[in-house]
Parts: sequence; structure tokens; C-alpha cells
Amino acid sequence: MLHIVACIKQVPDTKVAKINPKTNTIDRASAPAILNPYDAHAVEEAVRLKKRYGGVVSVLTMGPPPAVKAIRKCIELGADEGYMISDRAFAGADTLATSYALAKALEQIAKQRPIDLIICGKMTIDGDTGQVGPGIARRLDIPPLTGVNKVVEINKEKGYAIVHRKLEDGYEVVKSTLPCLFTVEKEINDISFAPLPNMIKAARYYPTIWTANDLENVDRKQLGLKGSPTIVSKIWTPPKPKGGEMLEGTTEEKVEQLLSIVLEKKELFQS
Amino acid sequence: MPEKFDCIVVGAGPAGTACAYELAKAGVNVLLLERGEYPGSKNVMGGVLYRKMMEDIIPEFYKEAPLERPIVEQRFMLMDKESAVTFSYKGLEWGREPYNNFTVLRAKFDQWFAEKAVEQGALLVCETVALECIVENGRVVGVRTDRPDGEVYADVVVLADGVNSLLAKQLGFHREWRPDEVALATMEILKLDKKVIEERFNLEPGQGCTIELLGDATKGILGTGFLYTNKDTLSIGVGTLLSGLIKHKIKPYELLEYVKNHPMIRPYLQGSEPVEYLAHLIPEGGYHSMPKVVGDGVLVVGDAAQLVNAIHREGSNMAMTSGRLAAETIIMAKTYNDFSESMLDHYRLKLMESFIVQDLKKYKDATHHFDAFPQYFERYIPLLNRAASHMFTVDGASKWEKQRKIWRDLGSMKEKLKLARDVFKAWEVMK
Repeated sequence: MLHIVACIKQVPDTKVAKINPKTNTIDRASAPAILNPYDAHAVEEAVRLKKRYGGVVSVLTMGPPPAVKAIRKCIELGADEGYMISDRAFAGADTLATSYALAKALEQIAKQRPIDLIICGKMTIDGDTGQVGPGIARRLDIPPLTGVNKVVEINKEKGYAIVHRKLEDGYEVVKSTLPCLFTVEKEINDISFAPLPNMIKAARYYPTIWTANDLENVDRKQLGLKGSPTIVSKIWTPPKPKGGEMLEGTTEEKVEQLLSIVLEKKELFQS
Repeated sequence: MPEKFDCIVVGAGPAGTACAYELAKAGVNVLLLERGEYPGSKNVMGGVLYRKMMEDIIPEFYKEAPLERPIVEQRFMLMDKESAVTFSYKGLEWGREPYNNFTVLRAKFDQWFAEKAVEQGALLVCETVALECIVENGRVVGVRTDRPDGEVYADVVVLADGVNSLLAKQLGFHREWRPDEVALATMEILKLDKKVIEERFNLEPGQGCTIELLGDATKGILGTGFLYTNKDTLSIGVGTLLSGLIKHKIKPYELLEYVKNHPMIRPYLQGSEPVEYLAHLIPEGGYHSMPKVVGDGVLVVGDAAQLVNAIHREGSNMAMTSGRLAAETIIMAKTYNDFSESMLDHYRLKLMESFIVQDLKKYKDATHHFDAFPQYFERYIPLLNRAASHMFTVDGASKWEKQRKIWRDLGSMKEKLKLARDVFKAWEVMK
């Protein structure tokens, strides 16, 4: 029986979100809040592993009360339990403080049911750092396996996991001890269409919610804004690249044109 | 083992949500299914929500619901190509409690209303399409959805699945609607500064105005156009019977472009930016098109039951009331634990007694009459415009002369008699 915990986050849908031109930050009111797409793949993988090996899938998130919606989405996908840490004390956290708070919550979950595997999405679409997953692993002192795009085997008895990690020019096969932490790529799986009983369960579901006081042995100085040394010195919207040339015509014609441009400027491509 | 509820409501529009709200409030275990990402994401209307029928469900809802503007003025423009005869009523009593009606944006309002039903205890499941009713021994016992393990059971199923109601059709309650029983409405939401809206429509801050457009707005095709004020947007649209679009070989978006560029309308829209484009079918068959609304273990409400009063652009109010009446019937049926057609027929009887079917009866021949005799829109509205122009243009001709000119404009004696007959007939179908 595996106990897998997926760490998830509710994010503004950056596909539709607008950037506030004055502060250069995401205008959160302009976009619906969704489950971070990478995290959906993390939950999906956890549920697939549960089906393969048997076990329990929990999800954990840190966020304001409306983030319950993201947990419900995970229940739809097949997660069994949801935990949420929600408190003003967590607000304004950077990746250092976030990974600290999540690690503390994971310790608390592990007291109820020991954790074999933690799965995170590769990164969030609002922060784009990809630091929280490895940060949690470091704090819990377990191996982080980033960029996982295939899980070959999990063996709880012998205490190991074998996965493929995505590299720039291929992949590497890695064997790790358990417990460990994966951060997963989108290509690891396709999100399945949730069965109706899961939808009904999710609509009824209410997660366990912990405040900072509910977490044991917490150093409050490491939470939220206080525990966040990150300073944003400048933030800007990257200018749209200018120039370029649009090719027109049928596919064949466009390929022809492209080929002649490439041949014409081949020095550019050789360097 | 699939789950069994007391009641499944298919569709979280005004009818379905009103029904689920009332049921949940009475402690009935109700599942509300919605195909859209969230309630309202697939729902469209021009935008007028009537206070009374909503308040029958949630008293003083206007204190917290996401409404756009309370309407203090309703204008009717009878339009020709370069002119319009306008009637209007503006009453400040409509601008304060208890209000008459409001403009709303359905994507916001429906979501709020469904949340209220959830607060009462209804279970809302979105992104799930009900494909068909599960029928056992001639009785509806549940629905089959598009999801894996997608069957769910209930004592009674309420079909609030909108104008096309595929589920009611599957049960043989109605045939495919004819093109003269449904209207196609297309609309745009245009962004415009709050202050500009209030100046342009002569409104106090926060108050709203609706304008119904008849005649050239739809190029003389039977139907109406509308221009409504929201908080910081305008809703403009046209709706015409599908049969009219087919007959005149005109595409709905061409009609919308036409009305947006009409010289009587264009100045209202100046400087606005389109933010959304919507289109939807409206059931306008009226009384004659009402399908079977009750069966063993099943009730039909709202658009699915063709409950729209096209003449008065009422629909969402009828939907809500029908949902409420269905809920009352189900609560009663539950005490007898009898969900047979004869028990549920109570709903049909309540519907017949209510303003809904009374109003549908009143106008039962109106749409068909105006559809069959296009001269009302094609000839009489331009005639009225010309008459007004003659009468109010000061050019030295005496008023007697002007009246004679207008009289001549009415055509030959035969045409005048026809006009008189048509006015009488119009009165007959509308009275």
C-alpha cells in the first residue's frame, strides 16, 4: 500500500490573465483560478500509480479558502484525501517559505500515514520557478527527482523507484530510494476523463484545513512574507519579438520558401 | 453500484437552478448536472431579469446578486432606414426597491444563483453532459452521462436542458422544432465607460435603460433587436425566427452587423469595444408548441418546455417559476412516495393556472400571425415613420394638407381596408 502525496497549487489561468501595466504583476481578478496544469499531471500520475500498486493518494495545497476548489478538482481526478494549509501567516511566501510550510504539513500528514512518495508538477504557470518541489525534498531530506516523464517501477518492499528523467538530448534512467520526490513533466501522462462517481464525491468533498497553529514545531519566522528573502527588484513584460517574415501559400510552397531561406543563410545556422 | 438521489435536475440555468434550490431548501437530496465549465458559461439571454419571480425564490436577492443595472426606462423604437418612431416609459419608482427588473450578464448571474442552491444543499456537478434518460418499465429512473461509470439514479428527473432538450426529445415528448418555432438570437457585449453610458442614455449613476428595436433593425424580418445597458458594457443583439432568416437568406451575424451600423443605433455604440460574442436559440413557438411536460418520473421546465413569451421578451422569469412549481410538485410527490405521471401531473396543472401558460395562451397566435403576414414589419412600420415625418416637418404646408398626404400614402382604398383589417387582426391576436 503506497501513500502518495501530490502537492498542488491553484493559479490564475495565465492563458487568459492580463498583466497590470502599472505593477507588471498578474491581475488575478482578470483570470479564473484553475488547478496548475503541471499539478494535474502530478495528481494523475499518483492516481495511476495507486491503480498499479494499490494505495492512497492525498493532495496538499497552501492557499486561501477558495483553493478548496483546486482540491476538489484533484478528488475528481481520483485523489482520496485533501489537505490544505490556509492562514494569513502563510501569505506572501516565496519558494523558500512555501517549501518550508509544505514540508511541515507533509510531516504532519506523515504522522497520520507514512508517506512513500511525493509528486509535484514541474512548476507553476504563475511563478514559473520550479523551486518548490526540490525545496520540499531538501527540507525533508529525501532525494528529489526532477523532470520525470516516466515511472518505470515503484517497489515499496525493496524501497526503490525507477524513473526516466527528461534531459535536453534524451532521458536518463534513475533509481532512487524511497521515500523520494518527483517533479513531473506534462508528457508523463494524459489527464483522464473523470468518472461520474468521482465528480459526485468531489462536489461533496471538504478537505482537512490546517492553520499555522495546527502545524507542530513551526518556526513562524520562516513562514510567509517574514520567511521570504526573495526581493523582486524589477519586473517587466518581455517585448514581443519584432520583424520576421510570414510565408504564404500551400504547405509545399511554404516548405520550398523556407528551404531556400535556410540555404541562403546557412552560415547563420552553422555557427 | 451507481448512486441514487431523490431528484436529478439536468441543466443549471434559471429553471433548473430554481428547482434545485427549492428542493434542497426542503431537504430533498438533489443532484444538479451542468454541461458547462460552470453554470452560466453556456447560457445566453439579452439580459433582462425580472425581480418578482426571482424574489419568489430568494427574497431581496438584489442586495447581493451580481446584477448590472435596475431598469428605469424601457424604450421601443419602430425603425425605418433613416428614422425611428420611439415610445418610452421612464419611471423612477423602478429605480428603487422593490424594483421591476434588472439587466444581468448570465455568466455571472447563473454562477451566483447555482452557488445559492449549493448553499441550500444541492450537489452541483459541472462539465458533465446528460446523454439520455434511463428508462425502466416506461418510467424514467435516472440519467446516463458522458462520463465513465456515468449512470446515476433518482426517484424523479427534472429536464431543464434548454431549448433543444435532447432528453425530452428522446422520451418522445417533442419533435424537432420547426424553423418557425425557434428564434436565433445573436448578440455582442461592448465595453464602454460607465459615465459615457449614463450620459448617452440619460441615466442617473447605476440606473439602466432597455431599448427594443422593431422594424428595420431586423431588415423587416419578424423579430426584434435590443440594446441594453449594463454596468460598463452594452448588450446589443438581434433575434429573428429561424424561418425568417431562411426565407430572406440572411446570416445572423450580418443582421447583427446591420443593426450595429444602423444610423439610429450607431451613435449609442460609438467608441465601444466588443468583448464577447454570443448566440443562442430561443423557443418562440408559444402555447401551440408546448411539449408534453410530465411523464412517469420526469418533469420538463423552462426553455425545454417552450416557456417563453416572445412578445414581452420574458423567459427567464417563466423558467424560474416553472422550476419552482416543479419543485413544489416533487416535494408533494415525495410525501406520498409516488412519482407517477398522474401524481406529477400536478405540475402541469399549476403551470396552466400560473401567469406562464395564461400569457402563452394570450399570445398563442401572435407570432404565427405576424410571421404569416409580413406587411406589419415590411410596410406598416415604414408607413408610420413617413407619417410622423410628414406631420412634424414644418414646411409651410397646412396640417390639413399633411393629413391628406399621409392618407394618400396609405395607398388605394383596398390597401386602406387591408390596413384596417390588419390592425383589427393584430388587436385580436394580442388582446
